Amino acid sequence: MNNIKANRLKDQIFKFWGIACTLLGLVLLAIFIGSILIDGLQRIDWDFITSLPSRKAERAGIYTALMGSVWVLVLTTIIALPLGIAAAIYLEEYARKGKLSSLLEVNISNLAGVPSIIYGLLGLEIFVRILEMGSSVLAGSFTLALLILPIVIVSTREAIKAVPQSVRDGSFALGASKWQTVARQLLPASFGGILTGVILALSRAVGETAPLIVIGALTYVPFAPESPMDEFSVLPIQIFNWISRPQEGFEVNAAAAIIILLLITFLMNGIAVFFRNKWQKKLG
Amino acid sequence: MRKFKEVFIEKSLLTSALITILITLGIILVLSLEAVNFFREVPIIDFLTDTQWTPLFTDKHFGIMPLLSGTLLTSFIAIAFAVPVGLSISIYISEYAPRSFRKSIKPALELLAAVPTVVYGFFALTVVTPFLQSFIPGLSGFNSLSAGLVMGIMIIPFVSSLSEDALHAVPNSLREAAYGMGSTKLQNSFRVLVPAASSGIIVSIILAISRAIGETMIVAIAAGQQPRLTMDPTVPVETITAYIVQVSLGDVEHGSLEYRTIFAAGITLFIFTFLLNTFSYKIRKKFREKYE
Repeated sequence: MNNIKANRLKDQIFKFWGIACTLLGLVLLAIFIGSILIDGLQRIDWDFITSLPSRKAERAGIYTALMGSVWVLVLTTIIALPLGIAAAIYLEEYARKGKLSSLLEVNISNLAGVPSIIYGLLGLEIFVRILEMGSSVLAGSFTLALLILPIVIVSTREAIKAVPQSVRDGSFALGASKWQTVARQLLPASFGGILTGVILALSRAVGETAPLIVIGALTYVPFAPESPMDEFSVLPIQIFNWISRPQEGFEVNAAAAIIILLLITFLMNGIAVFFRNKWQKKLG
Repeated sequence: MRKFKEVFIEKSLLTSALITILITLGIILVLSLEAVNFFREVPIIDFLTDTQWTPLFTDKHFGIMPLLSGTLLTSFIAIAFAVPVGLSISIYISEYAPRSFRKSIKPALELLAAVPTVVYGFFALTVVTPFLQSFIPGLSGFNSLSAGLVMGIMIIPFVSSLSEDALHAVPNSLREAAYGMGSTKLQNSFRVLVPAASSGIIVSIILAISRAIGETMIVAIAAGQQPRLTMDPTVPVETITAYIVQVSLGDVEHGSLEYRTIFAAGITLFIFTFLLNTFSYKIRKKFREKYE
């Protein structure tokens, strides 16, 4: 009897341990966001968002970095989206099982695990030096596009895979060609899923710091970029720069900029989850 | 005409897919070409055995070991924290928690992985380090302990999510058999389910290690920039990734030896993560066959 009691007790203890572990990460995140809000919220006003960077903490703003992030995000989407969706369509609908398709599969899974800073080294050599783009918005966008490509491919494949086979059969039975089936049936049907994956990938891109530092994005830019060939900074690099400064005022600036960055990231994640739920309902 | 169009489209789609292979080739080529140039000037034996890394000083040493030890130390702390916690979470969510809880808690946990790493770095530097200093008196302002712990928080969802999927995939007949023998949930979890899901759990741990080794901003901000060969978690260290960031922030001339050091450091990092990723992919393939 004692043995059974002991086992039940252990079982109960583990249950509470499990709850504690599950809440631990979330509680820490909440503490952190709380402390950031206390530090940074008072610093956020319209001036903070529209001011140029400055050597004086209280006058510095995030305008150039924010514009840099917007430029990079738009260009990254333009580069990664068509490429990723096309590759996913090929792998899901066209590729025959064989050496090539399994090579592609291993390769994409491996690329997804390559540290982001390695993409920075690739971008530095290929885009900045060899293709002579310099440390421009375009070079940064190409680098981030390669970085998120595996994520876009994997999520697009899953979305296309989720479309029932009957849709394909029906389309072929009506005499549609393969491409007509893909373009008129599969892509519209999987649109919600693809959108979810793309937004999640972009929310990752917007927070990336290391690869852009490696390709030479600036920590101090006096002007917002006006063309893809301009030099740039992005929000996370601006934050990193402020964190590295010893003066008190810059820590407050960093906290304020982090609030804006988290807002953007969480908003994108929220939108992605919203689309996923809507789409899953439609499919089911 | 229509046939021509179809073939053309298929070829363009294939080209897009093949670009992913070009990326891998590009990474390997870029890293190894610059690394070969580096090893022309620095003997590979020195690179592997020298215990100092001081390429930016006048007395130059090019031993990768201090950077590697920094990387392994921070990763070890992160893993030692994230694996027990992540695994407990996965067992709790899969075996103990009510179904509705499972549905809402998983996206919440994944939020931990969505936070940009530069933000975690700030957290480590301004919240965790001062907190730890309050009861670890000798703790330096930059240290691997705080960076490692915060990195651990970040990778919790990597461990918990994949392990939970693996536990969930174990056939119910195994659970029922164990309960039929009178076991508690705890006994069932650790003696039946975890061993049955071991390959999936191992994959999640390997991916977490690979992620920790490649993580950059947290360690660049909170662990310091002093390459030193130590296992002491309270002093500043420098990781491979943090070194690459440090050099990139400075003005290093293209083609100089300093410039090439980041590629030598980069290829070391790439080899480590490549081996880990390939290993986990192999296990995952095997695991999938087992239950299908």
